[in-house]
Amino acid sequence: MYIVKTAVAGTLESSDVMITIEPNQSGIEITLNSTVEKQFGDAIRNTIVNTLLELGVENAAVKVIDKGALDCVIVARTRTSAYRAAACDDFCWGSLK
Amino acid sequence: MKLRRTMLFVPGNNPSLIRDAAIYNEDAIILDLEDAVSINEKDSARFLVYQALQSLDFRDKEVAVRINDPKTPIGKMDLKAVVKTRKAVIRLPKSECKEDIAECAAIIEEIERENGITVGTTRMMAAIESAIGVLNAKEIAFASPRLLSIALGAEDYCASIKTSRSANGQELLFARCMILQAARAAGIDCIDTVFSDLKNDEGFISEVETIHQLGFDGKSIIHPKQIQMVHAVFTPGEAKVQKAMAVVRAIVDARDKGLGVVSLNGKMIDRPVVLQAERTLMLASAAGLLSREDKEYARLA
Repeated sequence: MYIVKTAVAGTLESSDVMITIEPNQSGIEITLNSTVEKQFGDAIRNTIVNTLLELGVENAAVKVIDKGALDCVIVARTRTSAYRAAACDDFCWGSLK
Repeated sequence: MKLRRTMLFVPGNNPSLIRDAAIYNEDAIILDLEDAVSINEKDSARFLVYQALQSLDFRDKEVAVRINDPKTPIGKMDLKAVVKTRKAVIRLPKSECKEDIAECAAIIEEIERENGITVGTTRMMAAIESAIGVLNAKEIAFASPRLLSIALGAEDYCASIKTSRSANGQELLFARCMILQAARAAGIDCIDTVFSDLKNDEGFISEVETIHQLGFDGKSIIHPKQIQMVHAVFTPGEAKVQKAMAVVRAIVDARDKGLGVVSLNGKMIDRPVVLQAERTLMLASAAGLLSREDKEYARLA
């Protein structure tokens, strides 16, 4: 999947995360702003990278503003943002684990 | 038999409300992908609900997802996501005829086959929200063995009959009775519409008392504060509980003695009495009114 435009998903509400994905030339680069960065920063980055790699996204600039989102929320917002940024609306639910 | 006294609607694109949904005492949760989600956020809500169903522990609560119209591409994608999880009942939006149910059931069957899910395991609930839907309530209720319940959606229904909701709800009486008879004839549950005025507890309780007396199984709710008010109305009184306990004790005693006919105080106990007693004890148990011994008797019966 190729990121072709800038797209955003999520909100700045408590327990949510806002994820902005833009085209990038050199792999997946994440900028993280989180109230729980010291404790969970690495875990949040790993979740986002793994979610993008599962979708076949290898190049993306990802800006993350986390408001204490659960892992499942981070995965959901990353998928949404990636699909929007890839201008893709035929998500293959059958391929999901 | 499952209790559906309270079915709490939770907006499908709100992570904190979804996370907290199971901490209350409601019987069922409806994650809403339809009216609670703006058209621009249908994709994000679908991903969120899918992930929440896969990851969160909703305890022993029944979870349903209200999908968008399954005839639309958005509704079809909702179905693909939710059926695949195997963890939620499909709550249809406006149903007007048996074909609405049958067409959705056919799509569900296709998704079940694609994902190696046993055909028929995904259950459905339908909402009736129009004059034609009310008139077709019987055929809707009988349309699929997947159906667990039918519910009244009063706002759209009132618009369809050119009126609005009043304090005493007289404009809903015909629809409520039609839907109730259809549900009872089909052997499925019957759920009442939401009550949106969160500041009007008195009006809310009065409406719950009305639908409880009519015979409804429960009510759709939009806020946790409504849960206890509904459960209080649905909790049986002590005399009713004692009578139900006497029935189940008589059944157990008769079985222990090898008697084919069960009687209590000289009167034969027939099937409707047993069913009513079972439901009373289920409601009493949910309200914490039964001792461990009583629960064991009820289980044996």
